[in-house]
Amino acid sequence: MKYKSLVSISDYTKGEYLRILELAGEFEKNPIKDILKNKIVATLFFEPSTRTRLSFESAVSRLGGKIIGFSDSTSSSVSKGETLNDTIKIVSNYCDLIIMRHPLEGSAKYASEVASVPVINAGDGANQHPTQTLLDLYSIKKTQGTLENLNIFLVGDLKYGRTVHSLLMALSCFNTTFYFISPPELKMPDEYKFHLDKLKLKYHEIRDLTDIIDAADIIYMTRVQKERFLDPIEYEKTKNAFVLRNLMLKNTKPNMRVLHPLPRVNEISEDVDSSEKAYYFTQALNGVYVRQAIIASILGLK
Amino acid sequence: MKDKKQLQVNAIKDGTVIDHIPSKNLFKVISILSLDRIDTPITFGTNLESKRLGSKAIVKIADVFFLEEEINKIALVAPEAKLNIIRDYEVVEKKEVKVPDIIVGIAKCVNPMCITNNEPVKTKFYVVSKKEVTLKCHYCERIMDQEHLKII
Repeated sequence: MKYKSLVSISDYTKGEYLRILELAGEFEKNPIKDILKNKIVATLFFEPSTRTRLSFESAVSRLGGKIIGFSDSTSSSVSKGETLNDTIKIVSNYCDLIIMRHPLEGSAKYASEVASVPVINAGDGANQHPTQTLLDLYSIKKTQGTLENLNIFLVGDLKYGRTVHSLLMALSCFNTTFYFISPPELKMPDEYKFHLDKLKLKYHEIRDLTDIIDAADIIYMTRVQKERFLDPIEYEKTKNAFVLRNLMLKNTKPNMRVLHPLPRVNEISEDVDSSEKAYYFTQALNGVYVRQAIIASILGLK
Repeated sequence: MKDKKQLQVNAIKDGTVIDHIPSKNLFKVISILSLDRIDTPITFGTNLESKRLGSKAIVKIADVFFLEEEINKIALVAPEAKLNIIRDYEVVEKKEVKVPDIIVGIAKCVNPMCITNNEPVKTKFYVVSKKEVTLKCHYCERIMDQEHLKII
């Protein structure tokens, strides 16, 4: 993993996922370590994503590193028409690691090819956001004690949601049984189902969450975005089928936890927040430990 | 019919004959192989009858022999193309094109949000299926089939 960029979740093997999770556990026990003392990390956010940027910057700060960068491309020379190639080559001279968010898909892969320092992809358009997936894995392992043989429910927009696609790919090394709950317009694309078929993993496509919810170990909620629907009436009709309410959790397994990559809109009712099964805010905190682990391992400091 | 084809092939002394090109892709083949920049005699026929393809094109290029990796680039637009290598009026070798594992710089990514469509980046694709050519973009990871394939 040393000096290797993290662009796509498929850049890591199962062993490497587990190594990162183990390391993240160490950082959770002892979050402040000075191992990044003489290092400079550039956070290049070509589109704003405050949550992700703060999580990364918190991770770098806890490790004692310095941060340079920008949070919005209007304040950089990109707005003067500089190519990504040039920006990355120049910034490579100033830092030991680049963390990059960019609206174009494949931009992180390209940056990793032209940079002289490792690149961590903090989201390239609708394509990949591997640190999100690793923090999801960490949250699942922490709450379930294992990643093997779990019943994972993926709920909401399964067609366009990159987080569910990456999570599915990563979990497919752990003998997961998947439950897909989405409106028909936003079903899991065939290529992911073919992938599970090839690995002989079980999956179920379900219209209604309530009948089957008690089997869940993890319910991973995602946002159903209004703009995905051509017909606004169709959106109004379907959106309520995918709202999780506290009442629905009554007979769920004691170990069951609700995850969400955030931000949420209305898909998790606020009365769920007080339930001990609501885990999404802790999930966000886990992101800091996981990012500490990824940064430390890429820079060869751990 | 067979004799007639033989006659066409024999019409050049040395060179390469590319047969079984789908008529609609003839000019893509010409552009991929940069035949417009070759100065030896080239003849081509198009909209010829073909049992297999319906309508086919054939190109004869005198005194030019292609490297395998070069010729395989046309597999994207002419997957059934057959090559006859001619030396001294004789067919000395017959070859079929093979779809390569990686395609660099020929195809265009179908995804408008892909970095390759927005910055000066050379495209690169992995061939995930060779039978019905399906490509995966090295950059944005989008998968596209033959139908959506665009040649640069």
